Amino acid sequence: MGIHDIIPEYEVLRDPQRCTVCRLCERECANGVHSFNPKTGKMQSDNTKCVDCRRCVVFCPAHALKIVRNEESYRTNAQWDRQTVNEIFKQAETGGMLLSSMGNPKPYPIYWDKMLLNASQVTNPSIDPLREPMETRTFLGKKPHELRRDEKGRLRTDNLPPQLDLDVPILFSAMSYGAISYNAHKSLARAATALGTYYNTGEGGLHEDFYKYGPHTIVQVASGRFGVYKRYLEAGAAIEIKIGQGAKPGIGGHLPGSKIVGDISRTRMIPEGCDAISPAPHHDIYSIEDLRQLVYSLKEATDYKKPIIVKIAAVHNVAAIASGIARSGADIIAVDGFRGGTGAAPTRIRDNVGIPIELAIAAVDDRLRQEKIRDRVSLIAGGSIRNSADVVKAIALGADAVYIGTAALIALGCHLCRACQTGRCNWGIATQRPDLVKRLDPDVGTKSLINLVSAWKHEIMEMMGGMGINSIEALRGNRLMLRGIGLNDRELKVLGIKHAGE
Amino acid sequence: MVRIDAKGKNFQQLNEEIRVAENSDITVEHCMGQRYIGAGMSGKHLLLLGVPGNALGCYLDGGSIRVLGNAQDQTGDTMNSGAIIVEGSSGDATGYSMRGGKIFVRDNAGYRVGIHMKAYREQQPLIIVGGETGSFLGEYQAGGTIIVLGLNSEGRTPVGNLSCTGMHGGRMILRCRRLPKDLPPQVSAASASKEDMARISGFLNDFCGAFGISIQSVLSEPFFVITPNTKNPYRALYTEN
Repeated sequence: MGIHDIIPEYEVLRDPQRCTVCRLCERECANGVHSFNPKTGKMQSDNTKCVDCRRCVVFCPAHALKIVRNEESYRTNAQWDRQTVNEIFKQAETGGMLLSSMGNPKPYPIYWDKMLLNASQVTNPSIDPLREPMETRTFLGKKPHELRRDEKGRLRTDNLPPQLDLDVPILFSAMSYGAISYNAHKSLARAATALGTYYNTGEGGLHEDFYKYGPHTIVQVASGRFGVYKRYLEAGAAIEIKIGQGAKPGIGGHLPGSKIVGDISRTRMIPEGCDAISPAPHHDIYSIEDLRQLVYSLKEATDYKKPIIVKIAAVHNVAAIASGIARSGADIIAVDGFRGGTGAAPTRIRDNVGIPIELAIAAVDDRLRQEKIRDRVSLIAGGSIRNSADVVKAIALGADAVYIGTAALIALGCHLCRACQTGRCNWGIATQRPDLVKRLDPDVGTKSLINLVSAWKHEIMEMMGGMGINSIEALRGNRLMLRGIGLNDRELKVLGIKHAGE
Repeated sequence: MVRIDAKGKNFQQLNEEIRVAENSDITVEHCMGQRYIGAGMSGKHLLLLGVPGNALGCYLDGGSIRVLGNAQDQTGDTMNSGAIIVEGSSGDATGYSMRGGKIFVRDNAGYRVGIHMKAYREQQPLIIVGGETGSFLGEYQAGGTIIVLGLNSEGRTPVGNLSCTGMHGGRMILRCRRLPKDLPPQVSAASASKEDMARISGFLNDFCGAFGISIQSVLSEPFFVITPNTKNPYRALYTEN
């Protein structure tokens, strides 16, 4: 079309020998890539619409389809690659801000892969988790400063601050009903209940059907306050104040009116078709003192029975900010790294703002220890936890538990086509179209999530056992269990770890 | 009716006493800046003497709060239903994100009144300020009704700068002779029609009744109605990448 020649990223290859023209691909693709050409009697594809979600490939009964990266390109060079040129064409054509989804895809360093774990040899025994007790239970919340005993010398456990009780140090991170589907939420809620952990509503309210999972639900309060009212606050096991998110630090959210339909409208408590705008800041929070006010207003409204989580994006001064939050009365701080996912964020923000969670969590844990306030809060690390080794490393760096979002979605069938913002998710996850939503079977989804987290739990126990550690508490902040590989002195210093061989 | 003396009590102690009080009619004397009074409350009626602190009636879910004095910032934050009546002035962000119920302020209110106020079905929140408000009135307003009367403004526009920024729902009604000069392009303003006045006459009667103000004196000046042009103000902002 004219001068702005946008080259399709993918190419659909169809084997004419195998294709039976059953037209299943046409029905499966919400992006409208496949169509039947009555003149030729054959199927044809529109590559410009393909996002490489692989739905058609997986479902083609004749195995006739393959999607490959389109090698065709502009005449590019190291400075002006195809995507850079493509994006300029798009913006020259529309005048719009580029909108993307999922986490930062750029090749920044992944520090998880530059840290190695320890294991016991000779001088201390490793532990076999198959026959010896291994504690993965974790409590999140403020810990008392001192032990108190009654007149008979027994430990007093009354009046403890409220805690979240996790069987495994993994929670599902905030993804709103609206960003993801009813069936995706149902799968997360049921899996969290079965696993003895928690899922998070995000800023979309809590669907009426899911109040029964309340004891395993974290309800979120963000700047738009969608769906927030007394019963919602009381329904959850904890309340999370969302200040920021790793994928888009410093900016708000915006669910377009086209997605505010039916149950989404009911759950967010706003009219159908009305944009759901979450302003960038909370307009009652301009300081730590103001944050304290929101924290305590939520505690007052729920009679001090729920821990309050404050979620922030990992940004440059994250340690100082976390120190302030720990003094605001919050019980738990969640830090979301710059690779955390999103249903939609401006591309430039997603790709250029924030810092890696590995460095952030190490800096925050350090700072809170230096200031002797580490026990006032628990820490949750999120934003790119990909596997159980990442979980173990995050805890060794100082986290109490981790949030997983993208990994959970992949377990639900996400193929990382990174087109959530279109609302046409062929796997029934990031969509509200009823015909697409029903493609995600919540029974299968629940089972898949339980499988994933159970497998990680076993792996965590194996790794801990290998290190001679038999409880998550003994692993937390235990940076001697980590060694850096290929990191410079400054990186090692921020991470607070030695180099391999030291 | 039960009386609670707030003198020398911090907010936690005072609010606990209010929560556990079995009588639903409660008078609190000597309020002195205690925050969160009536947080999430329903089914009780508070009469507050003195000056309550920030976040009065936050998440209020029914019942009523009447203040004989001034209220501070974030009065009625994320309020869902019920009534807050202030016989004095209120501070910044009064009615922040409120979704239902009503807030009547006899005198003036601060900045960002009614910010992000929203409505849903039968929940149609209402804020009426008898005097003037500060800047950014009705910022991001998504529903409900905000009325500013300017009763002592003598025809002067009773709002500060940049009202209605980001407004995408609900309506704002100003009693004045001239509209603010800096209304954003995504709102439309017009003189109130007979239908508009009929729609708000019940609200104005309630307000006047609450404070013993004569309705004739309120209706003696012209009214303007401001509504958004679109419920999707930012639709053209993005291009998919």
